[in-house]
Amino acid sequence: MAKSSRLMPRDQTAHPRAYWPDYKTSVARSPRNALLSLEPTVTEETGPVFGHDILGKYDNDLIQNFTQGASLAIGERIRVHGRVQDENGRAVANALIEVWQANAGGRYRHVKDGYFAPLDPGFGGCGRTITDDDGCYEFMTVKPGAYPWPNRANDWRPAHIHFSLFGASFGQRLISQMYFEGDPLIRLCPIAATIEDQGQLDRLVAPLDMAASRPMDYLAYKFDIVLRGRRQTMFENKPEGL
Amino acid sequence: MVQPLDINRETPSQTAGPYVHIGCIPTFAGITTIYPEDLGLSPFSDGAKGDLITITGSIFDGTGWALRDAMVESWQADAAGNYPGQPGADPSVTGFCRFAADKDSGEFTLKTIKPGPPGSQAPHIALWVVARGINTGLSTRIYFPEDDHGSDPVLTRIEQRHRVDTLIAKKTGDARYRFDIRLQGEGETVFLDM
Repeated sequence: MAKSSRLMPRDQTAHPRAYWPDYKTSVARSPRNALLSLEPTVTEETGPVFGHDILGKYDNDLIQNFTQGASLAIGERIRVHGRVQDENGRAVANALIEVWQANAGGRYRHVKDGYFAPLDPGFGGCGRTITDDDGCYEFMTVKPGAYPWPNRANDWRPAHIHFSLFGASFGQRLISQMYFEGDPLIRLCPIAATIEDQGQLDRLVAPLDMAASRPMDYLAYKFDIVLRGRRQTMFENKPEGL
Repeated sequence: MVQPLDINRETPSQTAGPYVHIGCIPTFAGITTIYPEDLGLSPFSDGAKGDLITITGSIFDGTGWALRDAMVESWQADAAGNYPGQPGADPSVTGFCRFAADKDSGEFTLKTIKPGPPGSQAPHIALWVVARGINTGLSTRIYFPEDDHGSDPVLTRIEQRHRVDTLIAKKTGDARYRFDIRLQGEGETVFLDM
C-alpha cells in the first residue's frame, strides 16, 4: 500500500528564541506576532534539487579552494565530517551543505568585516558538498579563530562554522552554526544562548574525533545534523493539490 | 515506564549572521575564485513559459530601517502551477532564486516568471529570509493583487483580515510589483510555520 510522506510539523521548541535582548540585533528584527502555523502544502513539500555535477574539485576543501590548489590556507588543519538524517532517523542523501567561516585569525573575507586580524591570501572562507547515499559528508578546512563583535561591551564569538542545509524540500531549510568541543567562549556567547535548551545547544558542539583524524596531517571533528522529518502513514485524507 | 519513542530532534537553528553572503552567494560577496557562479542566480532560463515580472522591495526592522545585510531565498511553481520535478513542469524553470538586500540601499530585486496556481492555492512565491539578528529563518509568501485568493489555504486562515495585505504585492507598473517585508511593528508581515 502506498504510504504518504508529509513533513511533520516543525518542533519550534527545538529552535532559538527570536527575541533575545542580550543579542541586541534580534530586538528590532524579531516578529512580535505569532507565526501562522498551517499544514505544509506542495510549496513546502517540494524544493530545489542540486546535483553532484555542480561540485568542483576543491569545493569541499577550504584549505585549497580559494587558490584552486596553488597554495594552502594558514591555520590548524581540520577535517569536519558527519551524517545528515531526519527526525525519523532516515539518512538524507543528496543534501546540499554550504559552509562559511572566519579564517584562523578570526577575520571574514567580507567588505563589512573590519577586524584588524589580517586576511589570509590563501583562504576564501566558503565551501560546499552534497551528502552521499548514507547522508554522510566531509570537508577540509582550518579551525576558525574567535573574534570580537559589536554587541555588549566585550562580546566574542566562539570559534564556529556556519552551515546551510537543503533537504529534499523547501520546508526543511536550515541554517545553523557548528561550535568546537571545549571552547570556553560558548557559554559566554549571547548568540549560542538564544538556544535555551542546553541539550539542544550541546548538539551544535562538535566533539574532537581522533579516530577520523590523520596522523601528522589533520585533526577531525564530527558534526551530525538532523533535519525536519516526514511522517509515514497509510491514513491520509488531505485533498490533492494542497 | 513506556516504550521510548524513536524520534530525533531537529538540529537547532542559529542566525545566518552578517556574512551569509560568503557562504551562499560568494560571488556577490566578491569571492570569485571558488565557484563558477552563485547558486540561484535566476529561477528560470531562456525559453521559460509565462510572463516575466520584476518584484522589488525592502526588509524593514522594527524601527523602520531597511536591512542591508539580509539574504532571501525564493521558491515557486512555473507558469502552469507545477513545481520542478512534478509531471509537466517547465524544464526551463528551476523555481529557486537567491537575492540579497543592496548593501547601500537595502533594496532587493527578484526577476522571475509569474507562477501559476499550484492546485487550489492562489499563485504565490515562497520566501525564506535570513540575516544577522534573525535566529531562525523567517518564512513568508508573496501573492499577487490580480489573482483570486478565495480558496487559498494560507490567506483564508489569517484571522486579522487587514494583515492579509502584508502578503500581497503592490502593482507598480506593467509587470512590476513591490513587496516590502516588515519584521516587526506596524504592518508586521505575516510569517509562516508550515
